[in-house]
Amino acid sequence: MNWRLIKDKLIRQSFATLLVLSLVVIVIILVGLSIKSMPLLRAERLGVILTESVWSPMNGSFGFLPFIMGTVWVTFISLIIAVPLCVLASVYLVEYAGEALRKMVLPLMNVLAAIPPVLYGVWGVLFVVPFLSQYIAPIVGAETTGYTVFAGGIVLAVMIFPIMVSIMVEVLQTIPYELKAASLSLGATKWETIVKVILIKAKPGLIAAVVLGISRAFGETIAVLMVCGNIPQIPKSFFDAGYPLPALIANNFGEMMSIPLYDSALMFAALLLFVLIFGFNLISRLILNRLERKS
Amino acid sequence: MHTSSRIQAAETQDLGNISVPHIQIKNLNVTIEGKRILKDINLSIPNNSITSIIGPSGCGKTTLLKTLNRLVDDTKGVEITGSVLVNGEDLYAKDAEVTHIRKKMGLLSQKPFPLPMSIFDNVAYGPRIHGEKNKQVLAQIVETQLRNVGLWDEVKDRLDASATRLSIGQQQRLCLARGLAVKPEIILGDESTSALDPVSTQTIENLLIELKQDYTIVLVTHILRQARRVSDYIIFVYNGEIIEFGKTDDVLLHPKHEITQQYVKGFIS
Repeated sequence: MNWRLIKDKLIRQSFATLLVLSLVVIVIILVGLSIKSMPLLRAERLGVILTESVWSPMNGSFGFLPFIMGTVWVTFISLIIAVPLCVLASVYLVEYAGEALRKMVLPLMNVLAAIPPVLYGVWGVLFVVPFLSQYIAPIVGAETTGYTVFAGGIVLAVMIFPIMVSIMVEVLQTIPYELKAASLSLGATKWETIVKVILIKAKPGLIAAVVLGISRAFGETIAVLMVCGNIPQIPKSFFDAGYPLPALIANNFGEMMSIPLYDSALMFAALLLFVLIFGFNLISRLILNRLERKS
Repeated sequence: MHTSSRIQAAETQDLGNISVPHIQIKNLNVTIEGKRILKDINLSIPNNSITSIIGPSGCGKTTLLKTLNRLVDDTKGVEITGSVLVNGEDLYAKDAEVTHIRKKMGLLSQKPFPLPMSIFDNVAYGPRIHGEKNKQVLAQIVETQLRNVGLWDEVKDRLDASATRLSIGQQQRLCLARGLAVKPEIILGDESTSALDPVSTQTIENLLIELKQDYTIVLVTHILRQARRVSDYIIFVYNGEIIEFGKTDDVLLHPKHEITQQYVKGFIS
């Protein structure tokens, strides 16, 4: 056979192998985490671990509910703050702002996205935490150190803002001009066109942007860990401290390994995070497919 | 040949009996990012007739059409001088309200762009934004307009289905119905059949011929045979200038200008 053709075949096959290898890594992680979590799962039923709210490794009780709820609270707060802001900002950038402003702001977004999370954490400790305890909490009559799920949510919102805005801007730019023209030519104002046509048409893409934001928020560790207090309790309000899953792993891994089942519990935390993110992505992918088929 | 003499010629074309010029364009100049797209346009478009704008691509015919509903305003770096009068009212007057103007002009674009909603809501969209809330009135408008474009029998059982499920020919008729629902006076068509199959094209053409009893219709087309089939008057635009304007047969069969002759015979396109 011709050497060129052999080379072509070889390249094709080696690339395919590399692809499979990268997929295998995911499986290896999943299997590894599962094996390491087995001791805990053997000692306690899964249902109990997930719904038990007491975390006291010394006494052998490993309730993960506080951490799950901590993650949920922080993510939820960050979305409440970031999603409306991102939608409005990207609509402004695409529909109202001039070319010059757009060209200036979008690269700036990328810079924001590239700032290391620990810097956001420092910013949170220096500004967000004191601001919450001194100015915001008194308004609603709450007393707090400022190290709360609220602070975590705010820091996280700022962190997912750039990625969500960049994607939303791209999504909005794909809406054909003629569709806007169709609405405008019926006498609709620009705002009516945005709300009733553009945002509706862009919905699947906007949801995809939010999903990416959530995935990022789920896994974000260091910045959140620095501001949300890290007390293993189920938060009851914005001004309670929380303890998200990634923070649990990062704070404790490598320490206190002499406590029985502790390392297994941390591995289980990692497995839980993995499954949550994986499941979440899967579900959102399904929803998106459905939405895309519909439109 | 100089611009002024061309316009003289265009204006002296015999248009037969134009009762009332529905649209009057006076000294219209459009510049986009420093480039003159339309030069000293003067035109009177008669009512209840179909006027086709023809000319080679890039000659400014679509821009000319867009000046009529002021969609040209959205173009980046655009400057417009002169006036466009509809029933004597200047669209480019300082106090002119653009949504009000656009309501008078139904636009049928190159490809159908149904709004991301149901068939019913597409037609009801215009009346709704102009304040119609009564469900029975809306249902009546939707039925009337869908019947007008011959779509009612095809879609009456699935008015709640997404408009994007329709065939492309049906979509274009839906877009026409959507435009008619805001009770325009004028229908603007921008190569409205270029994405359609021959059968759908014929349907749209026949519809337009029917509709001219009630509307003034201005079409942009690059298909001479289509211009011949449907239009009463023809405007030939070349390089941003109106070279010739007259009755369809006069312009297509006995063009007065050499460029028009060359275009009609297919030497330039």
